[in-house]
Amino acid sequence: MKNGQFFRPTVSIGLLATVLVALPFVAALGGQAWVRILDFAILYAFLALGLNIVVGLAGLLDLGYIAFYAVGAYTWALLASPHFGLHWPIWAILPLGAGLACFAGVLLGSPTLKLRGDYLAIVTLGFGEIVRIFMNNLNAPINITNGPQGITLIDPVSFGAFKFSGTTQIFGLSLSGPQKYYFLLVALAILVIIVNLRLQNSRIGRAWQAIREDEIAAKAVGINTRNLKLLAFAMGASFGGIAGGIFSAMQGFVSPESFSLIESIMILAMVVLGGMGHIPGVILGAVLLTVLPEVLRYGVGPLQMALFGKMLVDPESLRMLVFGLALVLVMRFKPAGLWPSPERKRELQEAAP
Amino acid sequence: MDIFLQQIINGLVQGSIYALVALGYTMVYGIMGLINFAHGEVVMIGTLVTITVAGTLLKAGMPVALAGMAGLMAAVLVCMALGWALERVAYRPLRHAPRLTPLITAIGMSIVLQNLAMMLWGRNYMTFPSLLPKVDFELAGANFTAIQIIIVLVSAATMGGLLLLVYRTKLGMAMRATAQNPAVASLMGVNINRVIAAAFVIGSALGALAGVMVGTYYEIAHYQMGFMLGLKAFTAAVLGGIGNLAGAMLGGVLLGLIEALGAGYIGDLTGGFLGSHYQDIFAFVVLIVVLMFKPSGLFGEKTGDRA
Amino acid sequence: MSEVLLEAKAVAKHFGGVKALRDVSLSIRRGEIYGLIGPNGAGKTTFFNCMTGLYVPDGGGFSFSGTPLVADAPHQAAERGIARTFQNIRLFGNMTALENVMVGRHVRTKAGVLGAMFQNAATRAEEAAIRQRAIDLLHYVRIEDRADDLAKNLSYGDQRRLEIARALATEPQLLCLDEPAAGMNATETAELRELIDGIRRDGTTVLLIEHDVKLVMGLCDRVAVLDYGALVIEDVPAVVQKDQRVIEAYLGA
Repeated sequence: MKNGQFFRPTVSIGLLATVLVALPFVAALGGQAWVRILDFAILYAFLALGLNIVVGLAGLLDLGYIAFYAVGAYTWALLASPHFGLHWPIWAILPLGAGLACFAGVLLGSPTLKLRGDYLAIVTLGFGEIVRIFMNNLNAPINITNGPQGITLIDPVSFGAFKFSGTTQIFGLSLSGPQKYYFLLVALAILVIIVNLRLQNSRIGRAWQAIREDEIAAKAVGINTRNLKLLAFAMGASFGGIAGGIFSAMQGFVSPESFSLIESIMILAMVVLGGMGHIPGVILGAVLLTVLPEVLRYGVGPLQMALFGKMLVDPESLRMLVFGLALVLVMRFKPAGLWPSPERKRELQEAAP
Repeated sequence: MDIFLQQIINGLVQGSIYALVALGYTMVYGIMGLINFAHGEVVMIGTLVTITVAGTLLKAGMPVALAGMAGLMAAVLVCMALGWALERVAYRPLRHAPRLTPLITAIGMSIVLQNLAMMLWGRNYMTFPSLLPKVDFELAGANFTAIQIIIVLVSAATMGGLLLLVYRTKLGMAMRATAQNPAVASLMGVNINRVIAAAFVIGSALGALAGVMVGTYYEIAHYQMGFMLGLKAFTAAVLGGIGNLAGAMLGGVLLGLIEALGAGYIGDLTGGFLGSHYQDIFAFVVLIVVLMFKPSGLFGEKTGDRA
Repeated sequence: MSEVLLEAKAVAKHFGGVKALRDVSLSIRRGEIYGLIGPNGAGKTTFFNCMTGLYVPDGGGFSFSGTPLVADAPHQAAERGIARTFQNIRLFGNMTALENVMVGRHVRTKAGVLGAMFQNAATRAEEAAIRQRAIDLLHYVRIEDRADDLAKNLSYGDQRRLEIARALATEPQLLCLDEPAAGMNATETAELRELIDGIRRDGTTVLLIEHDVKLVMGLCDRVAVLDYGALVIEDVPAVVQKDQRVIEAYLGA
């Protein structure tokens, strides 16, 4: 019996690790584009898990999460590109980006976190738009962000001489740029998973859940609700900042277009669609919402050509249409998300009249 | 001085439109606590339906006034049907779901409607037919048009009518009762389903009217136009204290004025550092500042935490 | 007698034109069970909410073991040693009974984000202590066999007990119970009485708001009566029971 208990987790972890290692090589068979899609799936999983701290654990509805991602992305872009002629190293920029995003989170959160849930949603949404509008317009009279054109030729992630762009030979294996980023992103994702898991089952996590359940009762037992909400907000923002920095380096290019409201909505949708507060669910949501649109993008056009001999519907709009419908249908038939935590499932079942 | 007056006029016009759209948000929120993100799309569809109907009729040789009325009626009817369908199909099944669920559905419906509109009307900007004569007036150095006057007057009249409906009719009383406490209202014999449907249908009709006004005013329309408009209008509703009809109207007008004055003066205020393309941030900056000091909005009642 | 634990000085609170509290002054002594009674709408719960920081009084204030209480900061009241239950029971419904009590330990523990992330020895020891203390408290209120049930699935009486256990987890000097016997039958009320008596014997001062006059008179060392937001009398039960104004307040209402 004891042997069995030890055996099972080890085997499943081993299996998972094998799949994770093999994945970028399998994807490469379909072309590097698919490895890049994989990279984005993990980057979004990382972002969604960062947002999960805010929405899933602390129960704060944040519709402007992308703003913190933008802060991290522009921090990297400005400090490691020819735009200002700066090429700072990763160990300086990434923490700085996370710190600035965290600061932005505290700045926004400290006056607004006492607001009711839906008001907080609209305020965060507005903040996201403010940040985007500034990035779009801060090219005159002093050119800081280069406006809508964005910033190009951004340095890739590098540790000393080891660059994440271009192909490298390691242990007789040829690793492409996207494949190297893949492993970096997996490492970061594991980090954020551990943070999520450990917070969830801690004194802080319990306090967050208590606030979610009944804020007044939480105050009455001595929980400083304002500080704890701010903590969640700041932590989520920091992870957003880190993800933004990596995004910047991976793309080599940032522009305000990448930080529109629909992106914030997309990440929130990943969290809710997958199963709020449940880590595997959130990851599933992120992977589905990244990969599915790409499949549609590549699949819808050729399929129409094959079926009708011509393009009836613009693939891009069909892709968004399917995304929108998917949100509506999942919420209709699986209101707790596709893969909710067992506790949450139980809550819903018991709440049903 | 003339810039000031000019911007006041522009602000009033834009604000009237915001107010009409904000009413749709505030009614639905007041009754069921849902941010109906798809409402902006309803407005957009109102504009586009008018373009199609009025445009076709004009081409067929119908007089402008008649074609315009037909376009407006068509827009109102289509939007009312759409609002009813939205509630019936998308939101009603979720009435007892977790709080975030209907919000995500609303966002999903917004995306669906936007892309359906793009498939139907294409992704290009469309010209709105001129339905009103272009007459200019001048007052103390500021110019304004007949269209602007009509927009402000029609909005004011419509809002007056809505207030009468809500405070003088049985349906209005049922709506107010449901907003106070749905469970008790239903015990008192109010048909909650009908009240909620009414809020959606009335809100959508107002949205259609606003859509026609936006089209007439800017003479241009686009499948994405509803999103920012909806966002601003929702901001106006929150600014005025969401759930409060008069608050939404005042919030809308106030937001229009702030934006117009802000855009007119931001260059001077910041020594040319920030230009009028920052217009869109005013709505949100004002919102954040107001909520910091008045967490229930300018005219909202102080709602304690519900037990 | 013994030292004053909580003192209310001319506390006033009004909602619009309604004067819910009119300059109420009273003092609770360490170690006693103090009853606060009055007809419906007399201002008992309002007084409670002012004291625990949920409402900001419009006049007057409180001092607790000699130093003033900060208004408008409920979490600080708990930190200072005032714990409360709610008239309409406010548990964390989707957390288990054990977790509810563990949340009560929040204010007396200190593990933060870093502790949670690195799971250092101090954090793990603290977590174990929180759990153990919570289990002990569930035993104390005798619902240990419901530890792993969701709070919302507990029976009404057990929910009342759980709320008391959660309040006790904050190590209060003053435990405030808002109508704990409401909706209970005679047996449950008798058990509750035993529990409250035990809590006092173990060294916690108790403030009891109650409708059940019999329970209050039998259990409390001293009783205060509120009527229309004003203090009518504050004395031992024997005196209060015979007071003409009290009888009028109850019969006249």
